[in-house]
Amino acid sequence: MSVDTKAKIRAVIVDDEELARQILREFLSSHSEIELVAECANGFEAVKAVAELKPDLVFLDIQMPKLDGFEVLELIGNETAVVFVTAHDNFAIRAFEVHAVDYLMKPVGANRFEAALKRAKERLETKAPSNAVSAAELAAAARPPAQYLERIPVRDGARVFIIPVAKLDYVEAQDDYVALASDGKKHLKQQTIASLETALDPSRFLRVHRSYIVNLERVAKIEPYSKDSHVAVLSNGAQLPVSRAGYARLREFLDR
Amino acid sequence: MHPLLGQLRRLLLYLIAWIPLAALLVYLLSITHQVSIEEATALAIPLCLFYAFVCLSAWYTCRSTPIDRVELDKLLTTHVGGALVASGLWVFAAWVLAWILASSVFTFRGLNERLYSELPVVFVTGVLLYLLSVFFYYVLIAVEASQKAEARMMQMSILAREAELRALKAQVNPHFLFNSLNSVSALTSSDPAKAREMCILLGDFLRRTLGLGEKSAIPLEEEMSLIHAFLAVEKTRYGARLHMEENIAKDALAVDVPPLLLQPLVENAISHGIANLIDGGWIHLDVGCENGSVSIVVENLFDPEAPARRRGGVGLANVRQRLQARYGNRATFEAKGDGDRFRVAITLPAGTFSEKEVAAQ
Repeated sequence: MSVDTKAKIRAVIVDDEELARQILREFLSSHSEIELVAECANGFEAVKAVAELKPDLVFLDIQMPKLDGFEVLELIGNETAVVFVTAHDNFAIRAFEVHAVDYLMKPVGANRFEAALKRAKERLETKAPSNAVSAAELAAAARPPAQYLERIPVRDGARVFIIPVAKLDYVEAQDDYVALASDGKKHLKQQTIASLETALDPSRFLRVHRSYIVNLERVAKIEPYSKDSHVAVLSNGAQLPVSRAGYARLREFLDR
Repeated sequence: MHPLLGQLRRLLLYLIAWIPLAALLVYLLSITHQVSIEEATALAIPLCLFYAFVCLSAWYTCRSTPIDRVELDKLLTTHVGGALVASGLWVFAAWVLAWILASSVFTFRGLNERLYSELPVVFVTGVLLYLLSVFFYYVLIAVEASQKAEARMMQMSILAREAELRALKAQVNPHFLFNSLNSVSALTSSDPAKAREMCILLGDFLRRTLGLGEKSAIPLEEEMSLIHAFLAVEKTRYGARLHMEENIAKDALAVDVPPLLLQPLVENAISHGIANLIDGGWIHLDVGCENGSVSIVVENLFDPEAPARRRGGVGLANVRQRLQARYGNRATFEAKGDGDRFRVAITLPAGTFSEKEVAAQ
C-alpha cells in the first residue's frame, strides 16, 4: 500500500499570478519526492495539463481567467487530489463538499503548506474518495443555494468547451453521461441527468422524459405521437420524446 | 402623570366636553316636570363640574388594570364597582345640593323632596358617565401606546440607517491585502529588494487609507494619489497584464469627493476585468468637471464569458449606495457591460461641501 519511493508524486500548480505560483514552487522544491510537472496561469491550461499529464496532485487557485477553480475540478474528475489555494475564506465549505484535500489561505505559510501536503499524500495512498460519484455531481450538489447554472464547462480530451445555458437546446441521458445539444453539436459530460436537472433553472428547463431535459425556449410545438406519448419539436427541427408525466409538466408550465 | 390634569389646555377641553352632558342632565331631570328647567340647570352645572373631576380618577384605575393583561371578571368588578361608588357619591352630592338650594333660594322651595323621585335617573346617568370615561381612558391609553410604538419604530429605523451607513463606510478590501502579502512572501526569497519595495508601497497605501472612514470628504487629488499607491501594489501582482490610463481635468482635482469612492471602482476593474483576462487589459479613468458637476468614468476590458466571481458587484453596489445616501438624486450612477468593455459612469455635485452639510444629512 505504501507509495513506491521511486515513483514521485507528480504535481501541477495553477494560479494566474506569477508570484503566487512562485511561492508554491519554492515550498515544493524542498520535497524530492514531488515532481512539479506543470505550471498553469488559467483554467483552460489547467484542464489541458491535467488531461495530458495525469498528475497526482493539483494546487488550484479559485478565481482565475476562463474557468474558475471549481469548474476546473469538475472537468478533471476526482482521480487527482486537489488542494485549493485562495485569499478568500468563503469557498471553504464548497471546497470540501467537492472533496478537495485541503484549502490553503493566502498568504500561505510553510507549516500550513506542509500539513496540506501531508494530507494529500495520505489521500493518494488510500486512494479515497471512491469514484462512485462523479466530480460534476459533487459540483452540482455544492452549488450555492438559489443559484442556477449559467454555463456548463465540458471537456473533450484536453479541450474545454463552455456552453452558456441559453445556448443549450436539450440534454439527453446516455448511461452515466449526459449529451448536451448546443449549436447543432453534442457534448458528452460525465454526470447523471437528475443531478444536472437540479442545477438548471426550472423556469427555463423542463424534464420532459426520463432521458430528456428541454430548453423551453426552443420548443416550437408538441405533437401527439402514440396513445400515451407526445413528441416535442424544437425550433431547429429536433424531435424529443415526451412522456405522459413530462407532458403533464409541460402543460402545467404552458398553462401558467 | 394624568393626561388631562397635566395640561391646562387639555383640562379645559375636557370640561367643555362636559357642557353637552350637563345639558343632557338638565333634560333628564326636567322630563317628568317634577323639577323645573331653572332648578335642573342650577343642579346640573355644579353637579357636572363636580362629577367631571370624580371621573378623572377613572384614569388611575384604568392604568392599573391594563385591558390586555387583566382577566375580564376582574376588569368588570373593578370598573363596575368604581362606577357604583362614584355614582353613589354623585347622588349624595345631588341630594346635598338640592337641600342647600331648597333652603337658600325661595323659588326652589321643596326641591330636595321633589328630587327624590329623580335620584335613580341621576344614579344610572352617573354609572353610565363613569363607564363612558373608563372607555375614553382606555382609548387614550391605546392611542398613546401606539404613538409610542411608532416613535420607537422611527427611532429604530434611524438607528438602522445609521448602522447601514457605518457598514457602507469606506473600507479597503481585505482580500487585496491577503493577496499582496502572499506576493511579498513570494518575493522575500527570490527578490528581497522587490519585496522590501512592495512592503513600502503597501505601507504607503494603507497609511493613506487610515482614518479615511471617519472623513466625509477629501479632495479628488488625495483620492487619486491613493489610487496611484493602490495601483503600484497591484502592478507588482499583475505585472504587464495591468495598464492604467488616466485623463483628469485640472479643475477637478480640487473638488471634494467621498473618500474611497473611486478606489473601489479601479479595484473592481482589476478584479472583475483584468484578473479574468489571460493577457490582461487596460483601464481608463476619465474625470471631468462641468457646470457644477463632476463626471467620473471608469472603463475597462473584461471577459463577458468569464466565470462569475462570487463577490461580484458588492464593491459597485456599495459605491452606488454611498452616493445615494449622501447625495440622493443629485448624483447618478451607471454601470454596464458592452461587448468586452465594462463602463461605470458617475456624476456628482462639484464643490467643496462642508462637514456641516454632511452632518445635516
